Amino acid sequence: MRLLLSFLAGGLFGAGLFVSGMTDTTKVQGWLDVFGNWDPTLAFVMGGAIIPMFFAWRLTEGRKPAVGGEFPSLPRPELDHRLITGSVLFGMGWGLAGLCPGPAIASITYNGWEGGLFMIAMLAGMIAAPRVGTVLDQMAAKA
Amino acid sequence: MEMDWIWGLVGGLLIGTGGAVFLLGNGRIMGASGILGGLIDGSGRSNLAERLIFLVGMVLLPLLLWPIYNVEIDTHMTSNISVIIAAGLLVGVGTRIANGCTSGHGVCGISRFSLRGIVATVFYILAGGLTLAIFRHVLGVI
Repeated sequence: MRLLLSFLAGGLFGAGLFVSGMTDTTKVQGWLDVFGNWDPTLAFVMGGAIIPMFFAWRLTEGRKPAVGGEFPSLPRPELDHRLITGSVLFGMGWGLAGLCPGPAIASITYNGWEGGLFMIAMLAGMIAAPRVGTVLDQMAAKA
Repeated sequence: MEMDWIWGLVGGLLIGTGGAVFLLGNGRIMGASGILGGLIDGSGRSNLAERLIFLVGMVLLPLLLWPIYNVEIDTHMTSNISVIIAAGLLVGVGTRIANGCTSGHGVCGISRFSLRGIVATVFYILAGGLTLAIFRHVLGVI
C-alpha cells in the first residue's frame, strides 16, 4: 500500500509537471524574465499546487498517515545561513537552465542529452553538497 | 499560448494532489530534491523502495500522457555545455544545502505558511531572476 501510494503521488507529480508545461524551460525562464517576455504560468502552477496541499495540512491535525507511522516532524521556523545561501545557489542554477529538480526528473526521457547532462551535474552537486555545506558553516562562523 | 495558464492551474492541482497523497498517505513531504538526494547521499536508505517507486511514477506518467497530448513537446533546453553543467551543479548543491527546492519549500512549505519555505522561495526566485537578467540581457549568453 505504501509503495502504491508512493507511485500514485509520483505519477500525479510527474503528470502535473508535464501538463502544466513546467518541463519546458522557456516557461520557467519566462516567469523569471521580468525584463523580457514575462510569462505568468508558473504562478498558476504554484497556486494550483498550494490549494490541495493547504487542505492536506489541515487534515493532518489530530490524525496519522493512512499507512501508519507519524507525520514528519517539521523544522523549527528559524532561518539560517544554509537556507539562504542554498536557495540563492539553487536559484542561480534554476535561472541559468530553467530546470529545477522536479521537472529535471519528469522530463528525463524526452529532454535529450542536455537533460541527461544536467541530471548528472545535479547529482554530482548533491553528492558534493555536504562538503560545501561544511565550508559554508566555517565561513559563517568566521563572519 | 492564451490557454497556458489554465493548463498551468490544472497541472498545479495535479502536483498538489500528489503532494496531498504523499503527505496524508505515507506521512511524507513531497520534495523532489529530497527524494532524489536521499537516494544519492545514502540518507534515504531506510525508505529506498518508496523513493524509487515515487521517481518511477514521476518519469512514467509523462510518457503515458504523451500520446494523448497532441501538442509537440519541446523543452527548449539550452545546448551550451558549460551552462548546463554549471546550472546542474548549482541546483544540486543549492537544493541540498537549503534542504528543499520548488516542490519542498515552494509547494509544501508555503501551503502551511512555513517561514522557511516562504523565505527560501523568495530567495531562489530573486536569485533566478537576477541571474537570468545578467546572463540573458547583459551578457547575452543564454
